[in-house]
Amino acid sequence: MTTSTIKTSTDATASPPQAPAEPPPRRQRTRRVERVYLWFLLPVLVLFTLAITTPALMGIFYSFTDSVGFGEFEFVGLNNYLVMFSDPAILSAYGFTIGVALSTVILVNVVALALAIGLTSRIRAKTALRTIFVLPMVVSGIIIAFVFQFIFANTVPAAAQALQVGVLEESILANPNLAWISIVLVTTWQAVPQAMLIYIAGLMTVPRDVYEASAIDGASPLKQLRSITLPLISGFILINVIIGFKDFLSTYEIIVGLTDGGPGTATRSVAMTIFSGFEDGDYAYQMANSTIFFLITLTIALIQLRITRGNARI
Amino acid sequence: MTLPTTTIPGGAASTTSRSQRPAARGSGQQRWGTTVILILCAATVILPFYVTISMALKSGEQAVEGEAFALPSPVSMEGFTTAWALTDFPRAFTISLLITVVTVVGTIILSAMASYAISRNWERRAFRWAFYYLLGAMFLPFPVLALSQVKLTGMVELANPLGVALLHIMFQLSFSTLLFTAFLRSLPGELEESARIDGASTAGAFWRIVFPLLAPMSATVGIFAFLKSWNDFMMPSMIIADPSLQTLPVVQEMFQTQFSNNYHVAFASYLMAMAPAIIAYVISQRWVLSGLTQGAVK
Repeated sequence: MTTSTIKTSTDATASPPQAPAEPPPRRQRTRRVERVYLWFLLPVLVLFTLAITTPALMGIFYSFTDSVGFGEFEFVGLNNYLVMFSDPAILSAYGFTIGVALSTVILVNVVALALAIGLTSRIRAKTALRTIFVLPMVVSGIIIAFVFQFIFANTVPAAAQALQVGVLEESILANPNLAWISIVLVTTWQAVPQAMLIYIAGLMTVPRDVYEASAIDGASPLKQLRSITLPLISGFILINVIIGFKDFLSTYEIIVGLTDGGPGTATRSVAMTIFSGFEDGDYAYQMANSTIFFLITLTIALIQLRITRGNARI
Repeated sequence: MTLPTTTIPGGAASTTSRSQRPAARGSGQQRWGTTVILILCAATVILPFYVTISMALKSGEQAVEGEAFALPSPVSMEGFTTAWALTDFPRAFTISLLITVVTVVGTIILSAMASYAISRNWERRAFRWAFYYLLGAMFLPFPVLALSQVKLTGMVELANPLGVALLHIMFQLSFSTLLFTAFLRSLPGELEESARIDGASTAGAFWRIVFPLLAPMSATVGIFAFLKSWNDFMMPSMIIADPSLQTLPVVQEMFQTQFSNNYHVAFASYLMAMAPAIIAYVISQRWVLSGLTQGAVK
């Protein structure tokens, strides 16, 4: 569509033989960069450096000090890092965050793939269903977490009492051993659409004749899923798992809305411990925490980059 | 990385047309079982919205019972009027809108300009490095930078909505530049060159010819910037120092204790905060869906 527009307009503007005021500036490899390009790019680079790079470097710098966020400070070398590795609050936050991220990744991908397969098969009301399934993507995480907080605290226990399901009669939000489940569920609820859209795009790349051929050979739908669909969209699965894991590691708003880290500190994520750096006066210490957290996400991102490069089609 | 082949112009259109073809072809033999299962799943998506709407429309006496599924009787608007005044909805809405508009416009213009400079000088090493440099922020989640950014914005008097909009733009740059650059590199350069022969400057050629051609990508970039900015809680809550300048999502959190058991007020407030994005989505859903698909696949 756009391509044809380009073609016609090129013809239209190129055909009248204009007096060549200057030789057509075809790729001037050796000449100087036109100044206007610098005006286009430099302001962005400067802003980016001030807003992103500077704070990143500042964080690393302060992680080697004993700063409380203001006033004087001294260098303490690797002390913050050494303390971190034996701090139960930090270790449990990492354990909790990684556990929640892993559970969410699995649940999100199973649900998203199932929905994507359903939505790409011959069904009724396809557009309406797709519109509904994407809805969670457009609402604010903290607000929807407040809504679910009400449901988990009031509706679920009330329903459990009526149906005599003992375990659920008390709100799972108040149970230190079960509260994490609510976080996984709500995060999944909100994260499914993005993964689903990626899977739908992936399923579109699988040619329909492959299914038709295998159906003639008598393959069951389950067999088709295992030996055709999954292998053919494996690249998309990998990308979804990695992107999801990286995103879920920074989980914050949904926890604030559901449990606010409680009961006690049972559901405190890494992001929450970092943000506490201002209130608790352990600014430099949480900078060290941020740096470690950054190294973890960077590692995952580099793996992602390697895979994306390998899968040219994505 | 993302190869230009995947971002052919008009890709958005092709995605939608492709997705509709199987439906049309198989219209004779619908899968009713699958449809029913999907409708049941859709109910899980709808459930929290149903709870929100029904609770918001209840009267104070009925809401305090906390029965999520009971229909409101009588239907009462009291929740809305109370929430409107209590949270000063118009002000929070204006601030949220302001931040979002600045973010969307700023993200599209700045990243389109940067991408244009990068893609038209791709053979120069400095421009390629600039590209990878901007891409770097994709690997930096906000929590990593939060403490330093709070400190810096405080120092330069940007601990306000404007500072949040600026940070939103900066965090969207990586992704947006990636999309625009891939698109621009697949766009033939002859087009601008012929315009330049006609006497247009490089900047003129960009604004009058290239930028309009970027529209489908700008839509995708804009939709993602809108959703990220409008719904964000973390950044405004950390950066904006003055509570009276907070955005809608943060206001919901600030008023939690005052809502207490006045569920109808709380849910009316949530509903008013969520409604603008939902309405915008439903109105433009066809467009948004193809935009989101474009962005998601990158």
